[in-house]
Amino acid sequence: MKKLINKPDDVVREALQGTAAAHPDLKVYFDPYYIVRADAPVQGKVGIVSGGGSGHEPMHGGFVGMGMLDAACPGEVFTSPTPDQMLEATKAVNGGAGVLHIVKNYTGDVMNFEMAADLGKAEGIEVEAVVIDDDVAVQDSLYTAGRRGVGATVLAEKITGAAAENKAPLADVAGLCKKVNDQARSMGMALTSCATPSAGKPTFELGDDEMEIGIGIHGEPGRERKKLAEASEIVEQMASVITDDLPFKQGDQVLAFVNGMGGTPLIELYIVYNELNKFLDGKGIKITRNLIGSYITSLEMAGCSITLLKLDDELTKLWDAPVRTPGLRWGV
Amino acid sequence: MVSTSAIKGADVVRWIKAYASTIAEQKDYLTQLDSAIGDADHGTNMNRGMTAAVEKLDGGSATDVGGVLKTVGMTLVSKVGGAGGPLYGTLFMQMGASAAGKAELSLEDWANAVDAGLKGVKARGKAEPGDKTMIDALTPAAEALAKAVAEVASLGDALSSAAAAAEDGMKATIPLVARKGRASYLGARSAGHQDPGATSSFLLMKTAEEVFADAQD
Repeated sequence: MKKLINKPDDVVREALQGTAAAHPDLKVYFDPYYIVRADAPVQGKVGIVSGGGSGHEPMHGGFVGMGMLDAACPGEVFTSPTPDQMLEATKAVNGGAGVLHIVKNYTGDVMNFEMAADLGKAEGIEVEAVVIDDDVAVQDSLYTAGRRGVGATVLAEKITGAAAENKAPLADVAGLCKKVNDQARSMGMALTSCATPSAGKPTFELGDDEMEIGIGIHGEPGRERKKLAEASEIVEQMASVITDDLPFKQGDQVLAFVNGMGGTPLIELYIVYNELNKFLDGKGIKITRNLIGSYITSLEMAGCSITLLKLDDELTKLWDAPVRTPGLRWGV
Repeated sequence: MVSTSAIKGADVVRWIKAYASTIAEQKDYLTQLDSAIGDADHGTNMNRGMTAAVEKLDGGSATDVGGVLKTVGMTLVSKVGGAGGPLYGTLFMQMGASAAGKAELSLEDWANAVDAGLKGVKARGKAEPGDKTMIDALTPAAEALAKAVAEVASLGDALSSAAAAAEDGMKATIPLVARKGRASYLGARSAGHQDPGATSSFLLMKTAEEVFADAQD
């Protein structure tokens, strides 16, 4: 597969160099890799750290800044970052009020963040971790690694970031993160595969007339592979699994997040949003906030994910609060 | 036959270097296994970690076997990432803790070290035998070593039986349905594929057999 890169081994470092050059509000460290807001640590504010494999941009580095993350730790492409990165980031953002780790539920991410939390605590830093697992495509059982963390991560980073900016204490910020995770559900689909720079070829094979419903953000398979259908049918299938799962009920107010996987144009995401709006309207569920665009991607994969978050006044107010990051910016 | 032979620090360094070479040779194979049921990075990640571990050992002392193993573990934790980093890092760190302060390891010391490493991996990954993970290769290897100690086997025979047991364990992962890690998302579709972590763990035991064979008298 064609890539606009220099050398596969240099992809993460060179992208970080570009990030550093483009965004003076951020400080980028290279040994080990982590990105922090330039004014960190903010005294008396809970520091929020997330991280994960690269290849999902703008998540997470693009969400570092006022009103969202204090630091992000990028791993190699689709590979969890390591505890030493997370420890350095944790130390860099600790303003005396403790640090929240927002962790997506993947085996590697969870284990590395657990080791980092142990190291941080050993240095006297109060660390709380919340694991995000909103992907309804995976059956949550004792026999799997559990549901994956996907779209709700972006919403949790925004909402906890706003609360931390208001100087909410660590326990409250962590509680809010759990609340977002508890009230959000997501489902993804793919039209094409992605290809990691090191492998150079597609991670999975998908026929020209096929799609994968329930795809993960690393090209992990989902619930089923089927013939491509019209957007209305695809959205109905995805959205009905999401609404049945929480369940979302008539009268609920929701944030609807239609996310592009990296290779799908905005015009198609708006078609998906239109279908989602009609579907939810038919169930008496009202979209009161939305986010449409490519925010948690899977390299060049074509496809989308849908996330619904049940809103209340608290979450709505925090969602609306100002944010200034490379990836999300409003109210400032 | 009772063996008086022992594994010295320099042998452990040779083992780590040989394993790094094996991983470099098998990098694409491991990644190919991982792309079938995981995320296509196991070979790349292990290669990055083992290359760094060899660089770290090159400058250091090999007199303390525990120290050598601990250095390898710490390097893997900080260089590998993914699930492999904490798991292989923990394996070597726990082996190192078991061998701390020892200038050489008897067969019994080696068996204890492998068992300590295996226990660490199980605690970190919360996996059990049959989950289609590296545990499925390491558990039979540790059991074979314990049996060899009980039977007062020679070091060479013990290492051979451990490698053979790891190979059987690795092959036995093929029909299994994964219950841990990214492969578990596939459910029944994970059956029919050999687990990449069990494969790299078998290679570790196989390399021990090959390298430590000439550590004997």
